[in-house]
Amino acid sequence: MPTRLRESALMRPLATWDAAVIAATAAFLIIAAASVEHFGTARNFGYIVLDLAPILLLALAMTLIVTTGEIDLSVASTVGLTSAAMGVMWNAGIPLETIMPAAVLLGAALGAVNGLFTAGFGLPSLAVTIGTLALYRGLSYVLLGDTAVADWPRDFTSWTLGTIGESPIPNVLIPLAALAAVFGLVLHATPVGRSVYAAGASPVAAAYAGVPVRRLKFWLYVVSGSMAGLTGVFWTLRYSSARADNAFGLELTVVAVVLLGGVSIFGGKGALPGVLAAVVLLTALQNALRLAHVSTEALTVVTGSLLIVAVLAPNLAASARRTLRARRRRTA
Amino acid sequence: MSRKPILTLAVPLLTAALLAACGGTTQGDDEDDGGPGTDATANPDAEIQTGLSFAMLPKSVNNPYFEASSTGAEAVATELEGTYEYTGPSDASASSQVSYIDTLSQQATDVILLSANDPNALCSSLDQARDAETVVVTFDSDVDPGCRDLFVSQVDSDEVGLALLEMTAEQIGGAGEVAILSATANATNQNAWIEVIEAELDSNPDYADIELVDVVYGDDEDEKSFSETQGLLQANPDLSAIISPTTVGIAAAARYLSGSEYQGEVALTGLGTPNQMREYIEDGTVTEFALWDPTALGELAAWTGAAAASGIVTGAEGETFTAGELGEYTVGADGVVTLGPPTRFNADNIDEFDF
Repeated sequence: MPTRLRESALMRPLATWDAAVIAATAAFLIIAAASVEHFGTARNFGYIVLDLAPILLLALAMTLIVTTGEIDLSVASTVGLTSAAMGVMWNAGIPLETIMPAAVLLGAALGAVNGLFTAGFGLPSLAVTIGTLALYRGLSYVLLGDTAVADWPRDFTSWTLGTIGESPIPNVLIPLAALAAVFGLVLHATPVGRSVYAAGASPVAAAYAGVPVRRLKFWLYVVSGSMAGLTGVFWTLRYSSARADNAFGLELTVVAVVLLGGVSIFGGKGALPGVLAAVVLLTALQNALRLAHVSTEALTVVTGSLLIVAVLAPNLAASARRTLRARRRRTA
Repeated sequence: MSRKPILTLAVPLLTAALLAACGGTTQGDDEDDGGPGTDATANPDAEIQTGLSFAMLPKSVNNPYFEASSTGAEAVATELEGTYEYTGPSDASASSQVSYIDTLSQQATDVILLSANDPNALCSSLDQARDAETVVVTFDSDVDPGCRDLFVSQVDSDEVGLALLEMTAEQIGGAGEVAILSATANATNQNAWIEVIEAELDSNPDYADIELVDVVYGDDEDEKSFSETQGLLQANPDLSAIISPTTVGIAAAARYLSGSEYQGEVALTGLGTPNQMREYIEDGTVTEFALWDPTALGELAAWTGAAAASGIVTGAEGETFTAGELGEYTVGADGVVTLGPPTRFNADNIDEFDF
């Protein structure tokens, strides 16, 4: 009963932060469309969607994982490894229709490795996924070395880049929206979602309440790996290039948008709409700055500062509360 | 409870994989031309247009080599009363260049001067830019020839490889173990030069006593190149020379050598800029290295772009155009324009150059 009261009290500033990010994103889009030449065009809309797709795909699962109080830093390396594996399979003459689901399943298997070590053996996810970050990237170089596989069929690559008929809506927007809806529903409207929050807020309490915390976390890593596998497919077809260094360093952007979206790094709170807005905000901001001829150095500084401020603001308060609660739990 | 949604995702995937295993799209189904060809005809008598907008997109910004090229290109843009922009990612990755190409084509830039991080990953973006009447001239590092109008090559790949090997052989007396410190493992031109070096070592009896023992990659990052140099020397105690065909690599290797016991013992040569290498020539770490003039390369790229935008050349073999003070150039096979042989820098001439 008291726990529940405290939870709802904690949710209130979150709702405000969520709304603030969404409002800031909307305001930014309007201002940019009005003031930056070429920003508000249908063509630019397509470019923004293509640019945000990999970040969004990875951020969906990352939101759930961070909400349970864990992290998955291996996602970008998983993208690289699935992309490299796609290249090897393609060179071996396997049809692309088989390669694509196989890549997603490979991602799932790589995620299961993370799940086994974290949820299964109880090792800290930060350490485990830093390990697999290096391991998976290393394996992708073992598979493809310094070569690139670039002869992907045009039917597939141009679908990835294309729009629906004559409309300006990119083809990839449909699966992206569908996946975002699925993750949103699961997190916010199902018992699984409630378990995710419970596991993040207090694993001990959640376990007492009958939430299978370890099993839940294991499967979340499998989901995260599958999404990274799917991102590997997208990345390979979008750039028409399977390379070991694909998506290098992308995990930091993904973690950043999840935190910017209002998910607490300490777990237990966060919501998908804020994360979606953060993905759009970051991608659109970079796009607008490039269109406005802002130099790369300034672009990096601006986006970096934005992330620090945004990540600090909601989490400082949360971390203070968290520390208090942890202390209380220890004395209990 | 948590298992069901995952199964609902995994089952269709497995089914799809199994169903697709029989028949489907495989490698080789789709052998095509690789992009739009040039169907325009050249008008060699046309005047070079003025007022064109130029943009240079280097592999990454904050690289002194590309900044020198930019100076050259900007001078041409100014001479032609055009606008000029130098823009690009801060990391040398192909995917980050794509966003910049998209932006430039939206801005309806007349001429893009590009040094590519990947021969294929940029193609669909470049195709879109060229559909919107933007002329794409690659320089320094090429893309697939189907995806650009012309390529301005610093030098013939063979000449660079041969010059590097010749300088090395002179400095180590024609015998010993050598290693290569390259840029990224995917770098198009470094790999081409390394191939030439390997082929020459295999076939030329003059180099029969020289053995290539290792190729390492510093990724064109100073610190990584520095530590790769250290690693090379530790792993190969009998090393006589390091060849570094990249300006970042040779400077980092020189800095390591100059502060180590290997200074003067292990020869270092490769491609470097005089300003970066001056102190190592003076302190005896490096005897001789080579490079073309990147400023002239940028100038030639800009002139080539201007000539293509003016319809003087289309990229067909044998077309000619005048590149300002650089003189007359002829388009070679595959739309390649070549700047000229590399210049060698040593204690006698290094003070004549400032770039």
